[in-house]
Amino acid sequence: MAGRPERGAWAQASQIMLALFLRDIRLSIRAGGGALIGVIFFLAVIVTIPFGVGPDLNLLARIGPAILWIAALLACLLGLDRLFQADREDGSLDLLVLNSDRHMLALTVLTKCLAHWTGSVLPLVVAAPLLGLFMNMEPLGIGATALTLLVGTPAITFIGAAGAAVAVALPRGGLLISVLVLPLTIPVLIFGVSASYGAVADPAPFLQPFLILAALTLFLAVIGPLAAALALRHGTD
Amino acid sequence: MRLIAENLGGERGGETVFSGIGFVLEKGEALIVTGPNGAGKSTLLRVVAGLLPAAGGKVSVEGGGEAFPTVASAAHYLGHLNAMKTALSVEENLGFWRAFQGEPGLSVEEALETVALGGLGHLPFGYLSTGQRRRASIAKLLVSRRPIWLLDEPTAGLDKASEERFAGLMREHLRDGGILVAATHLPLGLEGAKALIMGEVG
Repeated sequence: MAGRPERGAWAQASQIMLALFLRDIRLSIRAGGGALIGVIFFLAVIVTIPFGVGPDLNLLARIGPAILWIAALLACLLGLDRLFQADREDGSLDLLVLNSDRHMLALTVLTKCLAHWTGSVLPLVVAAPLLGLFMNMEPLGIGATALTLLVGTPAITFIGAAGAAVAVALPRGGLLISVLVLPLTIPVLIFGVSASYGAVADPAPFLQPFLILAALTLFLAVIGPLAAALALRHGTD
Repeated sequence: MRLIAENLGGERGGETVFSGIGFVLEKGEALIVTGPNGAGKSTLLRVVAGLLPAAGGKVSVEGGGEAFPTVASAAHYLGHLNAMKTALSVEENLGFWRAFQGEPGLSVEEALETVALGGLGHLPFGYLSTGQRRRASIAKLLVSRRPIWLLDEPTAGLDKASEERFAGLMREHLRDGGILVAATHLPLGLEGAKALIMGEVG
């Protein structure tokens, strides 16, 4: 008997969050959403590397996964400052916070993170295999890197959300967020790259770093939104 | 249902803007907050909504029942920003807030008709004029039900006819047992509303 209203509440909450998710996805696609900026930056970095490193194909193949990961990490950080700032500028953030008595603010933040990831970061993951070709990577390495990016990049968004929430009131917080967030993303980078290498280089393991990467993402999916919600609640003015 | 503010204090950037403000609003009652610029009208509304921490005192609701246990869950807050996305159509904006805020009231079309924006729902919000934006933002109050309306300069940018229409909406809200707190410079056309004048010594 008690289960029914409970399930009703869940269905209601998921519907509400779906509405928020769809709104943010729409916004990221429409003009001024900036979903493509990350991909273009990612493309620019990867395409430039071979010119800088030189035409040593073996070297490119060896550093490929690391370069893809670093470029993806930086591209992820690029759009983060708009995560809450756009909502703050038009007053939506007030209403999102005001409604936090109805549904947890952390859940709202998590939904916004997922929408941001789908709109701005998932295109990077999709573009990564193509850019892997530029780095002369072998198919297995490309697949492993794309997989680790798919699993690892949400963690960057979740940490970034906490940084974005702290810097929400600052007019040009973009760089500050990157500086705040970058040290925290290092573990994600380390395990992402080592899993990618593990798939191609024989003695190195793939599964262990990959599982730690997945654990990091799950862990940060809880910590990031909670921290961001706390910062947003105390950061409104 | 009653909205109770006791001995409220508010500060901005560490400086006290007001202190010792208290009021009790029963259902069907309105409070009009007036005062010169910088008297703390907007700060008071944000403190009442819970968007700013109170420097002193507290705000509470009584008799809100299960649906509206706290001020934040019982209140609509219409700030001086419209909380609408310029890239989305008016309908998409209102549809989102209707879904997100819960307790659905009027449908989006009905709400737009009520604020005389019928037929403009498909336009991007960014294409509307200042007054039309404000009216679309007022429609946001109608798409989900909240017993308490906290309005910050609600009629800014509205023309005469829209002001009167909005006064009608506010009267209707009060007749239905709603509570209203409005900070304004312009007369809102509400008879029998309580008045709070801020920024006066004593």
